Amino acid sequence: MSLDPLLLSRLQWAWVIGWHILLPSFTVGLASYVAVLEGLFFFSGDEAWYRIARFWTRIFSVSFAMGVVSGIIMPFQFGTNWARFSDITANVLSPMLAYEDLMAFFLEATFLGVLLFGRDLVPRWAHFLAAVMVAIGTLMSSFWILSVNSWMQTPAGYVIRDGRFFPADWLAIVFNPSFPYRLAHNVSAFYVTTAFVVLGVAAYLLRRPDHAADGRRIFKMALGFLTIFLPLQIALGDMHGLNTEKYQPAKLAAIEGRWETAAPAPLTLVGFPDQKAERTDYAVDIPVLGSLVLTHSMTGAIRGLKTFPADQRPPVAIVFWAFRIMVGIGFYMLGLVLLGWLLRWRGRLFSSAWYQRICMASAPLGFCAVLAGWTTTEVGRQPWTVYGLLRTAHSVSPSLTGRDVLLSFLAYALVYLIMFPAGIAVMVRMVRQGPVESEMGKRPIEGLQPAAPVLGLAEDQ
Amino acid sequence: MAGIAFDLVPIWVLIIGLGVFLYVLLDGFDLGVGILYGFAAEQDRPMLMNAIAPIWDGNETWLILGGLALLAVFPLAFAIIIPAVYFPILLMLLALVFRGVAFEFRFEQPWLRRFWSSGFCYGSALASFAQGTVLGAFIQGFTVRGRVFAGGSWDWLTPFSIMTGLALMLGYALLGSCWLIIKTEGALRDWARRSGRRCLIGVCAAIALVSIWTPWMDPAIAARWFTWPDIGYLSPIPLAAALLAWACWRSLQGRGADVLPFMAAVGLFLTAYLGVAISLWPMIVPHHYTLWQATSSPSTQAFLLIGTLFLLPVILTYTAWSYWVFRGKLRQGVGYH
Repeated sequence: MSLDPLLLSRLQWAWVIGWHILLPSFTVGLASYVAVLEGLFFFSGDEAWYRIARFWTRIFSVSFAMGVVSGIIMPFQFGTNWARFSDITANVLSPMLAYEDLMAFFLEATFLGVLLFGRDLVPRWAHFLAAVMVAIGTLMSSFWILSVNSWMQTPAGYVIRDGRFFPADWLAIVFNPSFPYRLAHNVSAFYVTTAFVVLGVAAYLLRRPDHAADGRRIFKMALGFLTIFLPLQIALGDMHGLNTEKYQPAKLAAIEGRWETAAPAPLTLVGFPDQKAERTDYAVDIPVLGSLVLTHSMTGAIRGLKTFPADQRPPVAIVFWAFRIMVGIGFYMLGLVLLGWLLRWRGRLFSSAWYQRICMASAPLGFCAVLAGWTTTEVGRQPWTVYGLLRTAHSVSPSLTGRDVLLSFLAYALVYLIMFPAGIAVMVRMVRQGPVESEMGKRPIEGLQPAAPVLGLAEDQ
Repeated sequence: MAGIAFDLVPIWVLIIGLGVFLYVLLDGFDLGVGILYGFAAEQDRPMLMNAIAPIWDGNETWLILGGLALLAVFPLAFAIIIPAVYFPILLMLLALVFRGVAFEFRFEQPWLRRFWSSGFCYGSALASFAQGTVLGAFIQGFTVRGRVFAGGSWDWLTPFSIMTGLALMLGYALLGSCWLIIKTEGALRDWARRSGRRCLIGVCAAIALVSIWTPWMDPAIAARWFTWPDIGYLSPIPLAAALLAWACWRSLQGRGADVLPFMAAVGLFLTAYLGVAISLWPMIVPHHYTLWQATSSPSTQAFLLIGTLFLLPVILTYTAWSYWVFRGKLRQGVGYH
């Protein structure tokens, strides 16, 4: 088998974006959470909030640094591996990417420095403000990058000249049809993901005598938050699905494993889509429910994959299963939260060790759901980079050989396999230490800027 | 949008020129501190890291701006140049991973500590080297057919690009030394002055070498610098460079305020930067496309310019504020401030 630079470039992209997206999934939520904690401390003066804010800020700083270094890699991928895509779409997409940098990255990076190292150098309100700015930065970043991604899914406001896209209406470009839904569904997913990590960590802390009080406080907050956001997230997902049905019918058909157009259509719970044979084997169907869920009507038609030429269909099995993993995790999470309320109602929330253990084990589930959802939407867009207009095969840099990309892919693989486990280990250790007693005013240094400074070399002497 | 009659390219050249220069200065000094970290004594190393810990992230953001502004305003140049320097970019990005996370990865196990501590140093050095080779390859030019890079992925690797890679490492190390002189006192500052002087000698040699090598390599560059009357108009640049190098040397010997070496080094960088710009003007893909031929649509430029003219001053303001917050000398043992 000869090495295909296109396939390898796609794998490399999947690898670097797949790891990278785990970090915004965590830092977008955590930045808002830290800002809220800082606010609670600022307005109430309660030392416990200060301790908890510091605890999460330390963890935030590690994940944020990993997000930065893995994020800088992303825009350069457009140039190194997807140069044709860059040339063809730059007139439309590039200002939005640049705005992400100008509105979000500078804000986050600069105020993060103050948040981490400036606790005793700036007034309290300025420190709280820094936390808010970092949180706003992460949300701005989500806004612009998801606008770009949504435009690739549902392009609008453009004209095509000489085989390239040119802007015709900036409002239509930025607020393209799938953008509001994708933005809401994604940011909410980031919040839920973070809240589940917080819930799991709190479950761990409240089992430790020295941190039990803080653990309970964090746990209740996370559980309350999820009670609102999980149903909201499921509703947003439903709206996003309706939008997909309207603008990306091939993706929706792949999600449903639906080959023939049907009205009313059943809902296929599980099955094994066979791309070659154009059917879904061993499908477990519930009649009419497909139409009800996807069109909100008893008789709505769902367009089948066979109405699209074979070379315009996404890889069905991947999309089909990724979607089911995402939805499955979503409902599992909802069940876990409802169970929490049941226990709380019976007054056994903090005495049920088994429930705390389940919460701890479920902490990383949000990441799985985000990856599955991302796979659904990105693989579902195939074989296009700009849906219906620009093929992935025509987007790749023409100068690359298979060997070039194999080499770079292996290098990315190696570095990420070193960085991510190391980063996770650092964060796990911070969790183990727990929210430590604050030393406000006693040390001139905020927790992150240690007296035995970075890398702790001074401890050796 | 045919209605837009203004030529925005000159404004964008200024903005991007400023952005790239700020990147070179700001991330330049913190990458330089990372390089020096490898040569510093064990007990001084934490101080070196603390000297840049609160600001490195913001500094690195200018790199993203440089890349994305190039994509937004000169997309054709982005689409040709970046794949042509595929491997230097890869090296730079991966090196930046190691040096970036090293600030946060603190382990108890000595071998892990050593690993990330060398990741910080080698990461800084390799990222600097890679950026230098990109510069060298850019000056030399690329094989282009139509709108795509048509050469091979190793074309960038030449004696010239290796030389510019080493030169930029020296240049960043010079900036790093000068930054440390601002942030430290006593023996460590003396050490920074010594290393600064060594780097300055290397930087001057590299500037001289590039000044000879590029006109020798490219007749168009030779014609730009060595024909009358241009030689008259342009001679202030090499003269200023010589003067600034001398001023930098004197201040590195400890004469004058601690901020002087940094100011002089910035001036020296500016002359080198202008020198390269004048050599290549008005090409953005040397030998193939001018700035105006590679530009994006007027509507794209206008849409981005509106926000940029508002946001850039805001960014510069809060960046200046954060430098103000973290001003002053570091003290041993107390960590920051």
